[in-house]
Amino acid sequence: MPEAPLLDVRGLRVRFNAQVEAVRGVDLTVERGQTHCVVGESGCGKSVSSLAVMGLLARGAKRSAAHMRFDGQDILGLSDTALQRLRGDRMAMIFQEPMTSLNPAYTIGSQMAEALTRHRKVGKQQALDRAAELLTKVGITAPGLRLAQYPHQLSGGLRQRVMIAMALMCDPELLIADEPTTALDVTVQAQILRLLRDLQAELGLAILLITHDLGVVARIAHKVSVMYAGEVVESASATDLFAAPRHPYTQGLLGCVPIPGKIKRGDPLGSIPGTVPRIADGFTGCGFRDRCAHAMPQCAVSVPQRDDGAGHRHLCHLS
Amino acid sequence: MAFQLRRLALALGFVIVIGIALVALLAPWITPQDPFLQNLDARMAPPSFMDGGTAAHFLGTDQLGRDYFSRLIYGARISMLIGVLVVVCSGLIGTTLGVVGGFFGGRIDAVVMFIITCRLSIPLILVALTVVAFVGSSLTVVVLTLGLLLWERFAVVARTTTMQVRNLDYIAAAWAAGCSRPYILLREVLPNIVHHLIVVATLEMALAILLEAALSFLGLGVPPPLPSWGLMIAEAKDYMYFSPWVILVPGIALFVLVLGINLLGDGLRDRLGATRDA
Repeated sequence: MPEAPLLDVRGLRVRFNAQVEAVRGVDLTVERGQTHCVVGESGCGKSVSSLAVMGLLARGAKRSAAHMRFDGQDILGLSDTALQRLRGDRMAMIFQEPMTSLNPAYTIGSQMAEALTRHRKVGKQQALDRAAELLTKVGITAPGLRLAQYPHQLSGGLRQRVMIAMALMCDPELLIADEPTTALDVTVQAQILRLLRDLQAELGLAILLITHDLGVVARIAHKVSVMYAGEVVESASATDLFAAPRHPYTQGLLGCVPIPGKIKRGDPLGSIPGTVPRIADGFTGCGFRDRCAHAMPQCAVSVPQRDDGAGHRHLCHLS
Repeated sequence: MAFQLRRLALALGFVIVIGIALVALLAPWITPQDPFLQNLDARMAPPSFMDGGTAAHFLGTDQLGRDYFSRLIYGARISMLIGVLVVVCSGLIGTTLGVVGGFFGGRIDAVVMFIITCRLSIPLILVALTVVAFVGSSLTVVVLTLGLLLWERFAVVARTTTMQVRNLDYIAAAWAAGCSRPYILLREVLPNIVHHLIVVATLEMALAILLEAALSFLGLGVPPPLPSWGLMIAEAKDYMYFSPWVILVPGIALFVLVLGINLLGDGLRDRLGATRDA
């Protein structure tokens, strides 16, 4: 029997204000040492899903799930303090906006040291040594200098590296990265992605990466889940998904990626017509049907979950 | 040019406040004479630089022959003491209420807002008058009355700034790093709003000093023979037509101190604001 996945979420639902259901029955599994990418356009519920896993939803949001196992333990019913012990220690998170994710009132060193001393019984100096070591690991030269600096003295790329190093302070098993490269320029993006991949190879990190950028997915993902309107409409290994996308939405997404050389100047850029529908209570059928070229009458009634037996699943009447 | 002026204003405010604070601290060592020592033979002596003044009394004497310069210096003590104590007291109350309301929001915030509104509808001087009428006047009563009443600006500012900071990414990052709620309040939120509170503190300090002077002028503040500046003005008003310096000296001192504190507060607001825009 294969080893159980590190993170195993089944049937995750998140509701806001009892009216809007932002996440509607999402399944996610992240294997140890692998990267699972969640792709989708803004508002499809990908960030909310990751926050729900961390237990960091805003007030007024209600989450439920069939189960949510982290390393075999169901973390759904955990108390606040038990979750606090887990967060930042065994599961860490990095955010989209490196410019504002560091506290401007403290030096890099004290923030990083704090991340370790919060969960481990180590001295301040030991923690600073570890911080310097990790800064070197994420490719920052002169870590001693950086530790004494304040966030506003660093560039965006440097700050994102610091955030990653800070997330690694306690040697987490799972790293949740919510659009970690979106706010960075393209060359820095590539560096950060390579860094994440190298760190994964070295430390055996499992990464849950939220993104809307298929280029990022292609670079780093082992598995991909495509989300649309609060559901995972297709999930497969990255190679499978890019080679043979099955859901019309995934096909549309891939069609939107301009390929240099293949598209000529003046050709229209690919797009999917229409917008995400408002999913109110009582909504049935496929959320994509209004934008889908293959929509059929039965799409308004129900959608079957299809599974090819090799881990490629999608939600559609077409197979 | 404008920048130069603002720096100059900050420097001036800083010098004034630090200077008066030093004078207040060192009062026992730098006063030429005992501020309480009466000498009825030398009443209403003019300052030494005016006609009829003597070198013994730099700023002359008051109606009981006490050395005016010494009383002025001791008066600085009272003003600074009241300013600082009132700000500490009201700052603690206001910041706690504001941060809690702004951070937790919802029903807790509604309660905090209600308390602030209640406070705003209390007429300050009237309450102070009533308290003094019932309890009698003393330094402690003045400090407590003002301290328990002057917190609303702290609360309002702390509340709004906390609301802004609460939703920033580094607070989310702190939650994700496993910080507890008290930790996030005290170590993540508070350091990032404290520069706003410092500015409020200077304004409140100036206000407290002026209010103490007003209360003392009305005979409801610091009881004689303590040399408060407001009390000095009150005692001088009967004599000001014949000896204008008795009212000018404490009046100018009060004006300079409050001006200094306000310059300092304004300058700090510009400075602290600028360095935060990273």
